[in-house]
Amino acid sequence: MHNPQLDAEGRLKHLLTIEGLPKRILNQILDTAETFVGVAERDIKKVPLLRGKTVCNIFFENSTRTRTTFEIAAKRLSADVINLNVGTSSQSKGETILDTVDNLIAMHADMFVVRHAQSGAAHFIAQHVPDGISVINAGDGRHAHPTQGLLDVFTVRRYKPDMHNLRVALVGDVLHSRVARSEIHALTTLGVPEVRVIAPKTLLPADVEKLGVQVFHDMKNGLKDVDVIMMLRLQNERMTGALLPSAQEYFRTFGLTQEMLNHAKPDAIVMHPGPMNRGVEIDSSVADGNQSVILPQVTYGIAVRMAVMAILGGGQSAGGGA
Amino acid sequence: MQLPNPETLLADITTQIAAQINPDTALVGIHSGGVWLMQRILKTLKQDFPQYTLPSGTLDAALYRDDYAARGLKTDPKPSDITFDVADKHIILIDDIFYTGRTTRAAMNELFDYGRPASITLAVLINRGGAQLPIAPNITGAEISLQANQNLQLSQDTKGKLHLEIEHNNA
Repeated sequence: MHNPQLDAEGRLKHLLTIEGLPKRILNQILDTAETFVGVAERDIKKVPLLRGKTVCNIFFENSTRTRTTFEIAAKRLSADVINLNVGTSSQSKGETILDTVDNLIAMHADMFVVRHAQSGAAHFIAQHVPDGISVINAGDGRHAHPTQGLLDVFTVRRYKPDMHNLRVALVGDVLHSRVARSEIHALTTLGVPEVRVIAPKTLLPADVEKLGVQVFHDMKNGLKDVDVIMMLRLQNERMTGALLPSAQEYFRTFGLTQEMLNHAKPDAIVMHPGPMNRGVEIDSSVADGNQSVILPQVTYGIAVRMAVMAILGGGQSAGGGA
Repeated sequence: MQLPNPETLLADITTQIAAQINPDTALVGIHSGGVWLMQRILKTLKQDFPQYTLPSGTLDAALYRDDYAARGLKTDPKPSDITFDVADKHIILIDDIFYTGRTTRAAMNELFDYGRPASITLAVLINRGGAQLPIAPNITGAEISLQANQNLQLSQDTKGKLHLEIEHNNA
């Protein structure tokens, strides 16, 4: 089947979702990201790869943090960056998504970073743009947020390089999370033998076992001897209906406290995609503790986004091969 | 064609580098062959000049190459690793084969993003001719003329011994 993310030679053309990406491409992105980690520590925190290219951040849904990290990544690659918060501009005047995109193409944009509340929006735009223009999905509804998934896997690999020997637990709102599915997929593709999800039944999708994970409904058993704990954000703004009794109740059962963390391996790392709800899914002392790698995740997020843009931005506009 | 022994060439360029060394000298190898050479040269120089700190680093100029727009990034980039302060250092930049000069240009551009060196000296095992830029090595082990479809490849075996061979590409 044709994968819309790859070109005829099997190279990455758009980044829409981690699902369906071959191991070779995942490793290429992670290996390339390694080369960008050090760039931020140089006198000149920039490389010239995307000089003369224009990256358009089109955010149909607000997300200051994601937009900022993409903007920094593009600027460190020397691209020109245009930020559009479409929710507050043309769309409110009735312009369609494709009209917005066509206008930006007419202004010679080379790459689109798209955030939209609707699943499939980035796919839709990728099918519309001409050859030589790449689309990166920066989050579409509940569907996918591939760069977040990639940066999480990159963080795991940096701290625990032997991925074939790991036990990873995802904790929390799997149902509403657009990264959980991507992460499970990437972890298993890269050879992690045991992925667990820990959540109340109401926050798990019905077919969760089909993803190849072990399901736990209590923290103590679920966290036993794990190497990596990936906390998921409790998506308050996506929560509809009475899925949970209260935030306090949730914290007592599924919040990550030091006491709970002690059930994991002593050198286990704690991750969180942010923004954190302190005292709801994670205790402040754990979030700021020495097993937490939450801030390094943010730093690596820039390197991973640089890697994706650098891979997409070169060698394809002229149809050149290697 | 009889190729020279790379071990002999390495000894030769090490001697030439030793003649230029000073307290501010630093060694930088270009991935992958230049890094192997740099590590061997560094080992010898540290024995011969224990009074010098001789900082060292590695570069993969992939992020500065001029063929990125046409060919994209290579799929297995290596991170550059320069932890010393480049400013005011006399850098010996080490590569295995000198050909078009484009890798050297990219490497020099990358070095300058770390700081302003006092000088850069280019040392290579072999200059195969064919420079396309006004760049030439200062220290050379041997000069060999090759056809455009011939590719000179340096490799390192498990015991660390260097080997040279010619590959033909018909592209």
